[in-house]
Amino acid sequence: MTTPQHSAVQQPPGAVANGTPAIRFAGVLKTYQSHGEAVPAVKRMDLAIAQGEFFSLLGPSGCGKTTTMRMIAGFEEPTAGQVYLDGKDVTGVAPNKRDINMVFQSYALFPHLNTFQNVAFGLERKKVAKDEIKRRVAEILEIVSLTGMEKRAPREMSGGQQQRVALARALVNRPRALLLDEPLGALDLKLRQQMQVELKRIQREVGITFVYVTHDQGEALTMSDRIAVMNAGVIEQLGTPRQIYERPASRFVAGFIGTSNIVEGHVERAENGLALLSYTTQDRVVVPCGSACRPGDKIEVSVRPEKIDMHRGVPPVAATGGSVLSGVVNEVVYHGTSTNYTVATAAGADFTVFDQNASNAEDLADRGDRVFLTWAPQHSYMIGV
Amino acid sequence: MSVSTLQRPPVEQPVRTGRRRRFTGQSMLFLYTWLVIIWLVIPIFVMIAFAFNDTHGRYNQSWEGFTFKWWGKVFEIEDLTKALWTSLIIAVISSLVSAAMGTGIGYALGRYRFRGSGTLNVVMFSTISSPELIMGASLLSLFVSANLGLGAVTITIAHIMFSISFVAAIVRARVVTLDRSIEEAAADLGATPWTTFWKVTFPLILPAVFSGILLAFALSIDDFVVTNFTAGSVTTFPLWIWGSTRVGLPPQVNVMGTMIFAAGVLIAVVTNIRSRQGKRDR
Repeated sequence: MTTPQHSAVQQPPGAVANGTPAIRFAGVLKTYQSHGEAVPAVKRMDLAIAQGEFFSLLGPSGCGKTTTMRMIAGFEEPTAGQVYLDGKDVTGVAPNKRDINMVFQSYALFPHLNTFQNVAFGLERKKVAKDEIKRRVAEILEIVSLTGMEKRAPREMSGGQQQRVALARALVNRPRALLLDEPLGALDLKLRQQMQVELKRIQREVGITFVYVTHDQGEALTMSDRIAVMNAGVIEQLGTPRQIYERPASRFVAGFIGTSNIVEGHVERAENGLALLSYTTQDRVVVPCGSACRPGDKIEVSVRPEKIDMHRGVPPVAATGGSVLSGVVNEVVYHGTSTNYTVATAAGADFTVFDQNASNAEDLADRGDRVFLTWAPQHSYMIGV
Repeated sequence: MSVSTLQRPPVEQPVRTGRRRRFTGQSMLFLYTWLVIIWLVIPIFVMIAFAFNDTHGRYNQSWEGFTFKWWGKVFEIEDLTKALWTSLIIAVISSLVSAAMGTGIGYALGRYRFRGSGTLNVVMFSTISSPELIMGASLLSLFVSANLGLGAVTITIAHIMFSISFVAAIVRARVVTLDRSIEEAAADLGATPWTTFWKVTFPLILPAVFSGILLAFALSIDDFVVTNFTAGSVTTFPLWIWGSTRVGLPPQVNVMGTMIFAAGVLIAVVTNIRSRQGKRDR
């Protein structure tokens, strides 16, 4: 590989442009040999993660997110392409020579060492002076709220505490970037939510780039500055949590992040940047499409369940200019903060509708009720545009 | 049937039989446990008892009274003492060497798949399972055809050969259960492969290595068959005993056997206490 090729690699849209990216992938390909066949785990990935960013790799198991992370750490080598840390090509450099630290899914604490020895391990390898080690370990243990636990062995601590030791053990080395491999997966819900807030706070305090691998969309949305949604070895969409939630780039992203209602149809009219899809005389979907669609085009439209208003019986005023779909309620599920309805619509697709239980009034509808769903034009979006 | 029987609550009956059945089950288990213990202990007990037998003839086979005198004269038979020392030295060297080599093999087999790892597995298993008699005979032909003078060196080589597989099997079993990411974490924190092994892997597999050393030592110190083929003119402890059975075993053999047994029990007790302390810490 020659240098001109590297510089030709395009920065992905949305990449923060202040200086050299902390981590950059240039045309990275990773294949595994399986029964004599090369199976791709990561397909030609270009990626730039900015300094100090909280970046999440989000996707279902087997999507290549862990392989991507392991290539940053150096546990896997790309089959083709380059990995850069701070602008330096580290392809082929051993993990112990990379200025990157990782928090493992299983924590991977050294069971025969106590908290202090675990945290000091990296500093000792770097031959940092004893006093300096003591000071820095104490400092980082305070940040992760583990002061006083120095003498404890890993097995004497709770899952949440072990998690913090793993975090401290990595952060104490002041790495260029911290990699976190589903670090909260083993914790119960309450602790997980607490740690999400903690992680975000710690990241702000230490100002280190965090690369967070997870299959939990809630976690990714809560903590990340940017998210790369991966599927089958490819980044399907890269953007801020809001961009990814509000404007999923593909059917996969729409389905993976939160709940989406997806309806297909042919464009009947396109005017003023809005396309109209009609199913019956009263059932229609209005979607912003700019100049991207022409009458007759077949498109997929998505709308989030919480953006939909549900009306029982009375057809809403059609003049609002938004979408209207009639349907029959199939399922009513009470969730405490909201009630979720499944509605079989005239457009052919089953819709999910979330209704906030703002007042303690009764449910909007019962099973078998005929209802009308309405939503404003700006809440519809065409998938893949 | 009396009235009182009929009036008895019907649920009581099955509960009682259940309890009785459990009782007989427990007492049978108790009985069986003690039968096994006695069966295992009697031969050892006989050996220890005859170390204190006040025998006067050539044969130490019938009880003639209690004495400590053999303990004072334990090292008085020069050949026997020499044989014991030879056995101890061979056992120490062969157990340490086979522990070092077996640990390496066991670690590699547990951690990696490499060219020849399958073959190595098969060979290891076959040396464990092949009859000693055949191994001893073939070693004899090998040493003779290689023009190696038989003696302590050939015995040691033979002992290392059959002990390695046991150590490797024990270490491999431990390595397989080790979380791979613990070693990755060490590398991630800047440790070279060498440092990772000595600072992280080795302390974690140490109990297995220790068991391997003990097993190799035990296999070596009382090995007769292979030793007999490879010893030449050297006499080890088991070979000396075998040679003197026809002329009568002196009580000193029982004393030495008791000492070795006591050392084994001591190690077992200490190991047990240490592992219990480890559990209590948890």
